[in-house]
Amino acid sequence: MTTTTTGQPPHPQQPEPGDSFAQDHLPTPKGASRSLLASLLAPHRRRLWAVAVVLLLQQATVQAGPLLVAYALDRAVPALRAGDHGPLIAVAVVATLCAALSGGLQLGFIRISALVSQDVLLDLRGRIFRHGQALSLDFHERYTSGRLISRATTDVESLRELLDEGLQELITIVLSTVFITATLLYLDWGFGAAALASAGPLHLFVRSFRRRSQRVYSAKSTAMAGVIVKFTETLNGIRPVQAFRRERPNDAAFARLNHHHERVNGAALLEMARYVVSSRLVANIAVAAIVLWGAYRVASGSLALGVLAAVVLYLRRLYDPIDRLGMFLNSYESAAASLQKIAGLLAQRPTVPEPAAPVTLPAVAATRPGREVAFRDVRFAYRTGGEVLPRFGLTLAAGTTVAVVGATGAGKSTLAKLLARFYDPTEGRVLLDGVDLRELSTAELRRGVVMVTQEAFLFSGTVADNIAIGRPDATREEIELAAKAIGAHDFITALPDGYDTDVRKRGGRISAGQRQLVGFARALLADPAVLILDEATSSLDIPGERAVQRAMDTVLRGRTALVIAHRLSTIEIADRVLVMADGRIVEDGSPAELIADRGRFAALHQAWRDSVG
Amino acid sequence: MAETTRTPETDRTDPTRHSAVRSLLRLWPFVRPVRARLITAACVAVIASCIGLVIPLVLKWLVDGPVAERDPGGVWLGGGYVLLLGLAEALLFGLRRWLVARPLAGVEAAMREALYRHLQRLPVAFHDRWPSGQLLSRGTTDLQLLRMFLTFPLTFLLVNGTTILVGGVILLAQRWSLGLVLLAPVLPLMALCSVFEAKYGRAARRTQDQLGDLTTVVEESVLGIRIIKGFGRHRSQARAFKELTQRLRASELRKARLLAWIWGFNTALPEIAIGGALVLGTLQVADGALSAGTLVAFLSAALALRWPVESIGFLLAMSNEAAAATDRYFEVMDERARADDDGEGDANGDGGERTEGSDVGDSDSDSDDDAAGGLVFSGVEFRYPDAAPDSPPTLKDITLHIRPGETMALVGATGSGKTTLTALVPRLYDPTAGRITLDGRDLATLSRGEARALVAVAFEEPTLFSATAAENVLMGGEHAQESDLRRALRVAQADGFVDALPNGGATEVGEQGLSLSGGQRQRLALARAVVGRPRFLILDDPLSALDVHTEALVEAALRQVLATTTALVVAHRPSTVLLADRVALLSDGKITAVGTHHELLRDNPEYATLMSGEGEGAR
Repeated sequence: MTTTTTGQPPHPQQPEPGDSFAQDHLPTPKGASRSLLASLLAPHRRRLWAVAVVLLLQQATVQAGPLLVAYALDRAVPALRAGDHGPLIAVAVVATLCAALSGGLQLGFIRISALVSQDVLLDLRGRIFRHGQALSLDFHERYTSGRLISRATTDVESLRELLDEGLQELITIVLSTVFITATLLYLDWGFGAAALASAGPLHLFVRSFRRRSQRVYSAKSTAMAGVIVKFTETLNGIRPVQAFRRERPNDAAFARLNHHHERVNGAALLEMARYVVSSRLVANIAVAAIVLWGAYRVASGSLALGVLAAVVLYLRRLYDPIDRLGMFLNSYESAAASLQKIAGLLAQRPTVPEPAAPVTLPAVAATRPGREVAFRDVRFAYRTGGEVLPRFGLTLAAGTTVAVVGATGAGKSTLAKLLARFYDPTEGRVLLDGVDLRELSTAELRRGVVMVTQEAFLFSGTVADNIAIGRPDATREEIELAAKAIGAHDFITALPDGYDTDVRKRGGRISAGQRQLVGFARALLADPAVLILDEATSSLDIPGERAVQRAMDTVLRGRTALVIAHRLSTIEIADRVLVMADGRIVEDGSPAELIADRGRFAALHQAWRDSVG
Repeated sequence: MAETTRTPETDRTDPTRHSAVRSLLRLWPFVRPVRARLITAACVAVIASCIGLVIPLVLKWLVDGPVAERDPGGVWLGGGYVLLLGLAEALLFGLRRWLVARPLAGVEAAMREALYRHLQRLPVAFHDRWPSGQLLSRGTTDLQLLRMFLTFPLTFLLVNGTTILVGGVILLAQRWSLGLVLLAPVLPLMALCSVFEAKYGRAARRTQDQLGDLTTVVEESVLGIRIIKGFGRHRSQARAFKELTQRLRASELRKARLLAWIWGFNTALPEIAIGGALVLGTLQVADGALSAGTLVAFLSAALALRWPVESIGFLLAMSNEAAAATDRYFEVMDERARADDDGEGDANGDGGERTEGSDVGDSDSDSDDDAAGGLVFSGVEFRYPDAAPDSPPTLKDITLHIRPGETMALVGATGSGKTTLTALVPRLYDPTAGRITLDGRDLATLSRGEARALVAVAFEEPTLFSATAAENVLMGGEHAQESDLRRALRVAQADGFVDALPNGGATEVGEQGLSLSGGQRQRLALARAVVGRPRFLILDDPLSALDVHTEALVEAALRQVLATTTALVVAHRPSTVLLADRVALLSDGKITAVGTHHELLRDNPEYATLMSGEGEGAR
């Protein structure tokens, strides 16, 4: 097999049709979305009560209107005729107060509920983001950025709809239903019972509506994620898209995904229509039936006319919130489907977890700078099988520079990633000065080990910001020093705003070689005890590479270094060379020894000599 | 990094903000196809609301009339009316939703598709400027807002507006003095609403932009996950994200505050007016000028208008959010591709303005260069569109002739403009001066599609799409056969590893499939460039991620392809340079020397340094 070992390791298994990643259905424990919602709302219990009280008071001021009218007609009018303005003034004062109060309560309600909903969203977005960042590389290699974006944006958005609109709906519905049912029961047991009975068929509708809309909304969230994945993929690869005229095929592919979303979206809206029709039908039939029954009872003399009049007016109001209930359920199911997906994401456990009880590294010995690295009985295989590194042991003495070379697919990058703890070994331990990497906190680990890869991604922000990722508290001098050490200072100062130049989107204007230099400067700034360079100079031109090598002489002094490079020029600075083949270390020694041995390394070295011409 | 995420949009949010109505009117072309349904739905909504108002009246009549009079026939009739009206109301409510469900989902989808199509065809310079998260959020949350606006506020602004108008007329007709008192708050409310609208529109715009920034940060945090993990920076990344979400929260709360005030006023002012009418009415009743029954009827009509008035606040809010979303959407849609043609060979649409942007087509175009075939740069200058006007151009006075069938290596120090130069040939950017000809045809007179059909590129950064390995390669050639695929894979020395993939060439790769190593991706990208046997081949440092052995094998195979192709190859190393017949040295955006590798090595110190590092070790 002619594979190179840079970049990510190949997955031994490709996503199959039943694969939970491919279908965007991560395993989620039952009821996870509800418990997620509960845990999000729990800290706001008080505010939620406050919201309920505010709404209750507001309902009361609304109900006060008719009473006031009655008072005005029954008391104020006679009083006026008797020349007494007092009651009318009272009416005016109370009406003004009620108006101001209901306005104020409305204002208060919106503000409190916005606080609740925004805090919940803040919490949820943070949870998704932090969890996404904590999950290991193998997860990200399968989940795709588009889906994670979809979870943190559109899925959160649907919860927002529930909180913004649903909260009020729910509380109003509950309040008015309880109030009206109680009144009905108080007015007449029979009518109250009949109204309650009509809740039976309504409940059935609600249940089937919920079942169906759950399915639809889950499908909708998946469809949206599909659209987003395609969208981001196209935007991130716009150059090849245009250069290879992928526009039309992409149009077609996107139209397919988009159309799928459209259909599901339409189906969701139709579910709502179906619910509205059927629940309204039941409600209106119930009204007609109760009225007829009431008329019969009035005719037979068992019911006072006035009671029937009141009942009839209340009945309509009883069923009024049915539509609103539908809307609430709608946003609830939409949010639940999204929460389900989010819960699935949050339920993923990092395969490279942080230790519960982190250990600190021993102080570096002044005599032997750098740290000793040891692989003890390490074996690495993918969880799906496929052994990459058979069991081996290896010790890198503190302060030495060790080059790893070898035919492609030999496992060099995997070795580096185990040392950087991008993966944990399947068996055995990786030790840094005798401490298992798994016992180190992230901060401690990264003071110990930093890895520079060939893909030098730049974040939006300035060049200085990008270097400062190595050490966020670094001063400008330290940043410039790191850049100078690696030979990046000249090109950076030549940029329009020097170190403050915005790299814009993914470093559009900064060449691949320059990006690698920024990556290097970043690593230098981090000042780790162990530095791993995985093909970190592949895009540099020869003078750039030489400059880096010269810098290495000083930079690597006092550090342990593991260097992977196809171009053996890097190896000239190595104290020791490991040659790997098929996951095993087959040659091990100083460069001079290995060249003298006339083995694989000697052959590689000769080939390289020839290629540099 | 994320702490300082810049937002190109927020800087220029305000100056040209249109009124919400003007913004929303721009939706018309998308809404037009479904206008019949929308209008019908609005009418149905009005009718349904009317029925909803009539039902209580019938109920009242039923109780006061037939029931009170013990008239069985009348009761059955009344009951029948109530039932019929109830059925009609339910069905009309459903009908309204049914009418608009699919069409509005269709409007959303059509707008999204138009955005996607447009984005694909916008020049690369546009994409350099816009973070993809901002574009994505326009295609998702903004469009959802628009659909919601079309579903709900649009109809109900109409329905409620009509209701208020009709109600107002009825009130005035019933008792003009009381009616005037009731309508008194209309003017202050309108003034409040318009102040609110402007403020809310700005706030809505801000939150939507912040949401776009948020999307960008999430995306970068995934794309740069290896660096974040490599430096253990996920905490600081999360902190940056938190700051952004907190800013978003602050803007959202600001929006809520505005909404709270307007809603509060919308609730309180009409109530005060009703109270005023009650007091005035009571006085009139006491004077005997008005019957108590009329006052009650008047007030209950007024109460019925309360909800339409109150709801105006949030309907306006939603409309303003929709207007901001529309602005954001059209900001992108209004960006014109400079030479405005489709990305296809058979360019549809307006190919007439192709020559715009480059001073070509002048009379001296029949010079010797045109007769010459191959790839010719004459006096090409290029400056990035967003570069400061006083900064030196990235490329200046590039004159270079690559003869048909010749391979030219392009050598230059890091950052000298090599990649920029190669991007001009497939018209990813257009030169700001001078011209480029392909086999004598001026590149500016070719559509982008035609140019790209002639030119194949292997980029420095090998991007694979979510498709099978074979499809990724075959993208490079329109009529490429299975045999071409095999040949291309062999050239790139990719046949071995492709065959060893779980499903061979049919294995899904790219973001949604198997992740391949950098070297594997690079070789597939190279295979993609050569599969269509293009007339012109642009290779940007095509072998950087390969090991020495593989590189030698690829070079040997590539030599045969290059023998018959006009090619420009960016090279960092002697081994790659040796693929070429001649070498051009690019220094600070200028071609400073052209010649064979050995000539330049001998005569040009800069070149010697570039090829050997310290001017030593050259052959």
